[in-house]
Amino acid sequence: MSTTLVQIGGARPARVGPEARTPTALEKAFLALVGAGSVMFTLALFAPKVFGSASWAAPTMFGLIAVGSIGYLWSGYGHTTPGIKNHGIFHSSLANRGALAWLAGIAVTTFYVVLYWHGEALEGGYQLLDPFAQKLTGSPADHWFLYGFLYTLLVLIFGGRMFLKYRHNRYQLIRTASVMFFQLGLAFLLPGVLKKIWAQDFYFTYFWPLKPDYLLPFDYVIGEGGMIAKEWSGHAVGRFMVIWSAVMALGAVPVLTWFFGKRWYCSWVCGCGGLAETFGDPFRQLSDKSEKAWKFERWSIHGVLVFIVLFTVLLWVNDATGRKLLGSDGSELFWKTYGLFIVMAFSGVVGVGFYPLMGSRVWCRYGCPQAAILGIFQRFFSRFRITTNGGQCISCGNCSTYCEMGIDVRSYAQRGENIVRASCVGCGVCAAVCPRGVLKLENGTFGGRYDGDGKPWSAFKDALRGRPKA
Amino acid sequence: MHVAIVGNGIAGVTAARHLRKLDSSVRITLISGETDHHWSRPALMYVYMGHMRWEDVKPYEDHFWPRNRIDLVRRWVTSIDVEGRQLHLDGARTIPFDKLLLAVGSKPNKFGWPGQDLRGVSGMVSLQDLQAIEAASVGLKHAAIVGGGLIGVELAEMFHTRGIDVTFLVREHAYWNHVLPAEEGDIVGEVIRAEGIDLRLETELTEIVDDGTGQVGAIVDSKGDRVEVGFVGLTAGVRPNLTVCAGSPIATDRGILVDRTLVTNVEGIYAAGDCAQVKTPEGHRDLIQAVWYTGRMMGEVAARNLLGASDEYDSGTWFNSAKFFDLEYQVYGYVPSAMAHHQLPSLAWISPDRRHACRLVETEDGKLSGISVLGIRMRHRVCERWIEEGRDLAYVLAHLREAMFDPEFYRRWDRDIVAALSGKVAA
Repeated sequence: MSTTLVQIGGARPARVGPEARTPTALEKAFLALVGAGSVMFTLALFAPKVFGSASWAAPTMFGLIAVGSIGYLWSGYGHTTPGIKNHGIFHSSLANRGALAWLAGIAVTTFYVVLYWHGEALEGGYQLLDPFAQKLTGSPADHWFLYGFLYTLLVLIFGGRMFLKYRHNRYQLIRTASVMFFQLGLAFLLPGVLKKIWAQDFYFTYFWPLKPDYLLPFDYVIGEGGMIAKEWSGHAVGRFMVIWSAVMALGAVPVLTWFFGKRWYCSWVCGCGGLAETFGDPFRQLSDKSEKAWKFERWSIHGVLVFIVLFTVLLWVNDATGRKLLGSDGSELFWKTYGLFIVMAFSGVVGVGFYPLMGSRVWCRYGCPQAAILGIFQRFFSRFRITTNGGQCISCGNCSTYCEMGIDVRSYAQRGENIVRASCVGCGVCAAVCPRGVLKLENGTFGGRYDGDGKPWSAFKDALRGRPKA
Repeated sequence: MHVAIVGNGIAGVTAARHLRKLDSSVRITLISGETDHHWSRPALMYVYMGHMRWEDVKPYEDHFWPRNRIDLVRRWVTSIDVEGRQLHLDGARTIPFDKLLLAVGSKPNKFGWPGQDLRGVSGMVSLQDLQAIEAASVGLKHAAIVGGGLIGVELAEMFHTRGIDVTFLVREHAYWNHVLPAEEGDIVGEVIRAEGIDLRLETELTEIVDDGTGQVGAIVDSKGDRVEVGFVGLTAGVRPNLTVCAGSPIATDRGILVDRTLVTNVEGIYAAGDCAQVKTPEGHRDLIQAVWYTGRMMGEVAARNLLGASDEYDSGTWFNSAKFFDLEYQVYGYVPSAMAHHQLPSLAWISPDRRHACRLVETEDGKLSGISVLGIRMRHRVCERWIEEGRDLAYVLAHLREAMFDPEFYRRWDRDIVAALSGKVAA
């Protein structure tokens, strides 16, 4: 028998996303750019005098970071074929709660603590942005401007990563473009411009109860720290903003959720969602899928909602009764509690700081009152559902694993039942990672949303009981 | 009553769940030597590739079992005492039963190849196989895979994600062509090759060569080619696992013989899933279905019959799905393979980039026999309904949009399919 030795070319780079393996030489070069920019920024934070507010400094360091990151991601995903490539995620220290994840978690958490409680300590950072802030907002940069800038930068860079990672998936491409647009345009640039024109910023994409001051009695809304500057309160612009916030909070939320589910907001518009869907994507698999977590979630998120609703009502009553109930400034108590525990501790420190430990949607899942309201509408008055495709489920668990909201999608899919859950933000990743084409996000008819093998009534009872049946 | 179930795969677990659903008092013992808890066998590859952790491929949380009073026993069954109605387990333990369900799955085929029991040779079916593959991957440069089925392409993808070169031997002249039509088999072959896999068609393994230490060193194929490899994956199909029946009066052939109610020749003893060979009327081939979905369906029927019903197993309108690297595949109804003796008329559409395809197969009397798609998702319930209602292809094309299941904003492939095929169908 003649034998021939057949040689196959040397080992090719593993088809693994760049975050989950040793970088190649080109990737290292790009990472070096990110490193250089980061070192400059760190230096600026700790030694404010080095760069001062030199006009070249910020463009240089953030340019290095942006170009390096995008280059790194581009070269990293460049040699993968388009498709789901979650290879090596659970072998990665950063993505699977290893030492790197703890370091990252501590770093981001520390940043939030400093930002909220010692904002002035970031002066070296925000003074870099002074020239830019002056141009955009007409006022000097402060720590909030720095925060908004970094936040937007992360959404854009990691949005670029989403474009590369999900380049085969149009739903993800369009949705990512949407969150990038709303963050950059309506949550960063437009408020900045408004501040310059009206001396007051305004966020068109936030409503009560996520921004509770947008639906408080007028006395709290107008003036310093309120939604509308005093001089605009009687003006058409001021009236428009008041009407806009009320219409969005009370009208658009139920109507749009009826047609599209809560995703129209949570994974297409919202800034918290925007960060979670971009910067948070590498950590989405860390959400807790246990039944215990689901039980906790339902108490905590609705607890926050009840708190805000009660307080809003109380302030209106106080206002209507000539402020006899809570005294002249009843809102003070509210802001102290809400601001400290909910906004700072919950949505910031835990919500983003714990991305590498608890996944990207901690705030959205356990705390956001806007998500709670949208969820109630989605659960009971919406045409949105995730349809399960008959009997094709193989119970592999990719859907549940990559659900950032910790929904055990598989428990429905393997019974052939559609998924109608309050918490689903409609990111569409379960459908993307499913290897058997079992899941589809869609807005169908309201009556048919539970269609599947399961009976609607028993599915509903299960949902209330909070556990899968045998 | 005490029902013992051997095997915690999809058939055994579905039976256990349905037993509990139907009867709150029946005592259920679920025995497995492989793992403590049920897990999704098709998800094995994702654990290796790092998409999921072991705990993620378990479809039920661990508290599910005590809550539903399903007793779990982690032992291998060594023999069945049919007369004494008890199971002998390793560690000299016995478990008495009133009724028994055998859901012991299948084993990788081995065809007596020289060297098939060397270190570094493994199938990919069990958790133990996964552990062996994981251990063999350390420092591995090149692996061979033998047999062109679904597990073979999964194993190829697994090694590929770790930068390990793969030589893939397939006996047929196209990949999986005892299931896929010829053109689809070609497309899948192209996908495999585009990933850089060394796919070799129309060749068979003749020998696995010892490197001198009892470890795999190379393979030789029927064309005489030799490839130096450190691992050989045997994925030339599976056969029913009959080990547990040895020495018992339970009748076996290729599988454990059962009638359509899934009962064996011994009253009160049933078999379901991959291990069962379902007897069919004279003139038809017995059914051995080693597919996730049929295991689940058989488990459901077995549960009802264990409780006294005599329902017949019927897999209904056939369906299946798979994924070859990034290419998804679905089939509904009967689509003859390239190797089928009896071909049926069909209309096929393939996209210009050859990553999307749709085939509509017609029965002899002009009804829809089956639909298969590559790179497109279709609705199970709609396709099934069309087949069961006996729709013709003209109707199917006119309503194709209803069957589309691709994510929102995806290109509407149904338009391309209808445009290409509607001219070929008699109105």
